[in-house]
Amino acid sequence: MMDYLWLIPLLPLMGSALNGIFGKRFPKPLISAIACGSVGASFIIAVAAVTRLLALPPVERHVIDTMFTWIASGDFVAKAEFLLDPLSAVMLLVVTGVGFLIHVYSIGYMHAEDGYYRFFAYLNLFMFSMLVLVLSANFLLMFVGWEGVGLCSYLLIGYYFDRRTAADAGKKAFIVNRIGDVGFILGILLIFATFRSLDFTAIFSNISGDPSRFPVETGFGILTAVGILLFVGATGKSAQIPLYVWLPDAMEGPTPVSALIHAATMVTAGVYMVVRCSAIFSRSPITLGVVAFIGVSTALMAATIGLVQTDIKRVLAYSTVSQLGYMFFAAGVGAFSAGIFHLVTHAFFKALLFLGAGSVIHAIGGEQDLMRMGGLRKFTPTTHATMLIAALAISGIPPFAGFFSKDEILWSAWVGGHPIVWIVGLATAGLTSFYMFRLIFLAFYGSERFPENARQHPHESPPSMTMPLIALGALSIVGGFVGVSAWMRLGPNQFEKFLEPSLEFTRTIQSANPAPGQEFIFAVISVCVASLGIYLAYRLYVVNPAASDNLARRMHAPYSLLLHKYYVDEVYDAAIVKPVVVGSREFLWRGIDVDVIDGSVNGAATMVQNAGSLLKNIQNGLVRSYATWILAGAVLILLYITLSQ
Amino acid sequence: MNIFHCLILSAALFTIGTIGVIVRKNIISIFLCIELMLNAVNLTFMAFSKYLNQVNGQVFVFFIMVVAAAEAAVGLAIAIVLHKNRKTLSVDDANLMKW
Repeated sequence: MMDYLWLIPLLPLMGSALNGIFGKRFPKPLISAIACGSVGASFIIAVAAVTRLLALPPVERHVIDTMFTWIASGDFVAKAEFLLDPLSAVMLLVVTGVGFLIHVYSIGYMHAEDGYYRFFAYLNLFMFSMLVLVLSANFLLMFVGWEGVGLCSYLLIGYYFDRRTAADAGKKAFIVNRIGDVGFILGILLIFATFRSLDFTAIFSNISGDPSRFPVETGFGILTAVGILLFVGATGKSAQIPLYVWLPDAMEGPTPVSALIHAATMVTAGVYMVVRCSAIFSRSPITLGVVAFIGVSTALMAATIGLVQTDIKRVLAYSTVSQLGYMFFAAGVGAFSAGIFHLVTHAFFKALLFLGAGSVIHAIGGEQDLMRMGGLRKFTPTTHATMLIAALAISGIPPFAGFFSKDEILWSAWVGGHPIVWIVGLATAGLTSFYMFRLIFLAFYGSERFPENARQHPHESPPSMTMPLIALGALSIVGGFVGVSAWMRLGPNQFEKFLEPSLEFTRTIQSANPAPGQEFIFAVISVCVASLGIYLAYRLYVVNPAASDNLARRMHAPYSLLLHKYYVDEVYDAAIVKPVVVGSREFLWRGIDVDVIDGSVNGAATMVQNAGSLLKNIQNGLVRSYATWILAGAVLILLYITLSQ
Repeated sequence: MNIFHCLILSAALFTIGTIGVIVRKNIISIFLCIELMLNAVNLTFMAFSKYLNQVNGQVFVFFIMVVAAAEAAVGLAIAIVLHKNRKTLSVDDANLMKW
């Protein structure tokens, strides 16, 4: 059944091929129709497939569509095979759904850009790669998608390639991702060496079915090694410490790209991969500890940087890094389904925030500096309303989507026995609501600070841009209700229950059963912290705008540290980039290449030349001398024959 | 007179011819020395033919004589052409074919 799964990624690939090859001659409406139509059709097929999946009883929700055997060599077999189970179904709907909305938005946002067809060809290619990533049934095919999205990310960040910063940001993203990919591919190789298979189902059932060979590792065993290597890959793709540095720079790309790739879908691939491999991660406490630690540190660090940034897209970029940290520490404390739940709600509200930011930038003619916005709510009412919803959702105010997922994660941290993680997560939640409302207040409230020439312009965006905003706004409001926590007495957590078949081989980590009222108290605490953040932002940026400047002056040292992003880029530059550049130039180029390689080639040539100029004296044109040589040769041969007998 | 005497004689003739080829400059002398070497070899063939009671060696001698005749024709032609072009018979003056 469901042998039409392959159509879902194939349609965007065809759209990409059409637009990429012939797009230059196509009129713009045709390009948009091909791009949006192919993704829309994928979305419809995906919905149909997931509906069929839901009709099955939960234990049978594991559909495999094999297309062909891709590689077969000895006992190494990799099939081109798609897997539809609850986990990939969730990702499938998010990727195609949010992807479709962002494609529609791009029609309006990119209408005046050169290379319109190029943009949509890349965007469709991205959809293809991302869908291969989430649908693949084995590690190798997943790696193909993994690399494909990396490539599309590079192409789209460097979309404005005539701008040096954009080209550099693209290269940075690509190289930093490569570092993570080394870990990922080593993990895959180690998995194959251990299990002689790359198929998800085979590996995970093997692990859970053989507890004597794969016990829960208290020390550093094979599963820990695999988990750490896979997580290195995830830190690259999902922008976690220490490889997060590429994501803020990736904002050089067009805003729809930031929304689709660098907020909603590609950067969550790492979270998806960790949850997909939860059978491995859950059996290694060390790996889980690393994941939780990295996740929570990233969440806090990125949130603090986000407090002071003035570029609207950079604030959102650090917010994305921070929220991805949330998802990872959810996985790290064993709440895999909560992590995926936050991934889904985050895809809604963060895509909305980016698209809203794009709408704002569009409205005032390309200005991205928050300090040069202000008072925009009467010019762009729809953008204002939808962004407000998204900000409330990300801050965790009920009943918006983010509340349910964030509360679930914080609660899991507490129940899982990680009070420190819980406290840091809670502090991050407060910071999140503060910087998010700082952004809202600076952009939409207060005095109008945008430049004179833009003052006549501020205008609401066209319907093709506002419709996706409204759709995502609606999802940000209702999206959380799919996963209402059990304590609210509306039945068990539906989202968690839905994901259960995908996590059947995962070791259950949390079984603590706390007092019934406790979870309610924790929810109240996190809502209070979030509200406090909003209130502080209101005091500092609406009631008394001068106060924020005063505060910045008084706390000059920490303020400047945050403004310079903890000088991480500078440290990396000094510790890694410079030594590599200098080492390459002085040692590899001037030492190895010029001296050793060129030297040996030139040396061989010189040696032959010198030997030739010596030997040429034999050929002196005198017949008698040649005769002497012949005689000498004959004598030598005779001597040899005589002596060797 | 046994085989050894014949071989020693032919070895002596061959050596004289070889040294003549190397040390003489006159192309006619060199030519004659080459003939001497060829005939030293012929002598050896004849000696062995007699000694082993086989006719093969005598057949070879006839071949060598034919080759020597052809060689004489070519060699003398070269000598005449050399003299025509260079007014000399010294081989050391014909040394243009070098590096």
